[in-house]
Amino acid sequence: MNYDWNWSIFLAPTIDGASRYVWWILSGLAFTVFISLCAWAIALVIGIGLGVTRTLPPRLGRALATAYVELFRNVPLLVQLFFWYYIAPVVFLPVSLQTALNRANPVATQTLTMIVCLGLFTAARVCEQVRAGIQAQPRGRFNAGYALGLTRIHVYRFVILPLAFRVIVPPLTSEFLNVFKNSAVALTIGLLELTARSRQMGEFTAHVFEAFIAATLLYFLIAQITSHAMHALEARLRIPGHGLGGSA
Amino acid sequence: MLALAAGTLLGGCRRATPEATPARSTLEKIRATGIITLGHRDNSIPFSYFDDQQHVVGYAQDIALAIVEEIKTELGRRNLSVKLVPVTSQTRIPLLLNDTIDLECETTTNNASRQRQVAFSINYFASGTQFLVRRDSGIQDIDDLRDKNVIVSAGTTAEIALRKLDHERGLGLRIIAARDHGDAFAALEFGKAVAFMSDGAILYGEISKARNPLDWHVVGTPLTTEIYACAMRKNDPTFKALVDATITRMIGNGDMRRLYQRWFQSPIPPRQVNLNVPLDAAMQTLFEHPNDRPLP
Repeated sequence: MNYDWNWSIFLAPTIDGASRYVWWILSGLAFTVFISLCAWAIALVIGIGLGVTRTLPPRLGRALATAYVELFRNVPLLVQLFFWYYIAPVVFLPVSLQTALNRANPVATQTLTMIVCLGLFTAARVCEQVRAGIQAQPRGRFNAGYALGLTRIHVYRFVILPLAFRVIVPPLTSEFLNVFKNSAVALTIGLLELTARSRQMGEFTAHVFEAFIAATLLYFLIAQITSHAMHALEARLRIPGHGLGGSA
Repeated sequence: MLALAAGTLLGGCRRATPEATPARSTLEKIRATGIITLGHRDNSIPFSYFDDQQHVVGYAQDIALAIVEEIKTELGRRNLSVKLVPVTSQTRIPLLLNDTIDLECETTTNNASRQRQVAFSINYFASGTQFLVRRDSGIQDIDDLRDKNVIVSAGTTAEIALRKLDHERGLGLRIIAARDHGDAFAALEFGKAVAFMSDGAILYGEISKARNPLDWHVVGTPLTTEIYACAMRKNDPTFKALVDATITRMIGNGDMRRLYQRWFQSPIPPRQVNLNVPLDAAMQTLFEHPNDRPLP
């Protein structure tokens, strides 16, 4: 292929003369990591709450949690993002607040929208993992707790959840990795995260391949760090004699 | 896996000789396969887009088809099949380089940095970049946009110009880079930005799609010129000569002016709206002095 490779393009000044391409890529990386970690925190809090609710007796709670999962898991992420960015403000906010939001710094509104959107989307998936982890616990384990005189809260808090979380660390690792990859959807509302920055650099320098290879390697690096950290967590939490913690 | 990736990179570096000629010329490839593959856009009105019957139409598409006719004559093969491949501003150069498409005529700006990767034909369109704003916004020019949200299509000459101006004049613009013209206008309609900067023809095209076209108008002194040309693989002089000859002939015999009237000054699909874009000074110059010079 007749391509003019030039790896020093990363050190070249950007098209507006304000920065260098390497800083563009790294600022994109910072946005990707920031959005993903915030979204993951939201997903864990809401997802765990919903996942536990889906295993509890109250019917209403179970129905609401199930409805949430069906809604957020079945609507494509891109559609959800457009909803939160374009439609939700018009539907839910008074006109004065809409105007204020439209006049605010777009980077702030886009970042916030993406964090909320990705967090709520991933929460549905975390919920299902948590529910699966709890339901994988043998019935006898609940009953043993109740026989000891523990309340439902105590059984969940001290017996079931600690074991359930250990079972679901591997699938949660996949979800965590997905959050980083899904965060690239933010470019559709104009947020300059890692993929957007590499596309932008490719456009302006015509060195498309260098820009995309850099982005690929950075995503690879994020994924490696995340999965190693999760493996370390898994090893640290392992209880001798419990294997992965699932079977009694 | 890392080793594999590294190997690929090093391989890439070794092949890095910009002067290398392609394995075979585009005309030889077309002769051998019997197929010519054109890159087109799905939503760049009125240059290259799908009409209501899902056919690719537009000013640049008509130029591409004229070039195809010329290739058929040159090769003496009337039965060449034409394959259409949709491209985006991010994919068009890689797809050209890896032989997926042979030629793309749409809204590719002919500029110096792109000339390092691909060759450009004689320019077929020139237009000044301006702002699309709401009529009641009171915005007349770039100075009215201080500290406001302004949207551009990512990767366009307009984005480059706007970022430069913003940096040089310290305007404090908040620049939003939308994926394409359609997204940019949608965000503008939703009030996410107060102005959309692009070249005049694109802006008039977007107005034609608006829910209420009378709410919008194009303002501002043109800040830069956008120059479009067909892109093809580098170091293929016979193919470039054929493409250039076709476009030069069209400009010379008035076909290009008629195409301009057809797409910019007459009702066009899908909604039969007339964009009414006047033939501006940049375009006049281009028709009087056909050239393949890139933007600096």
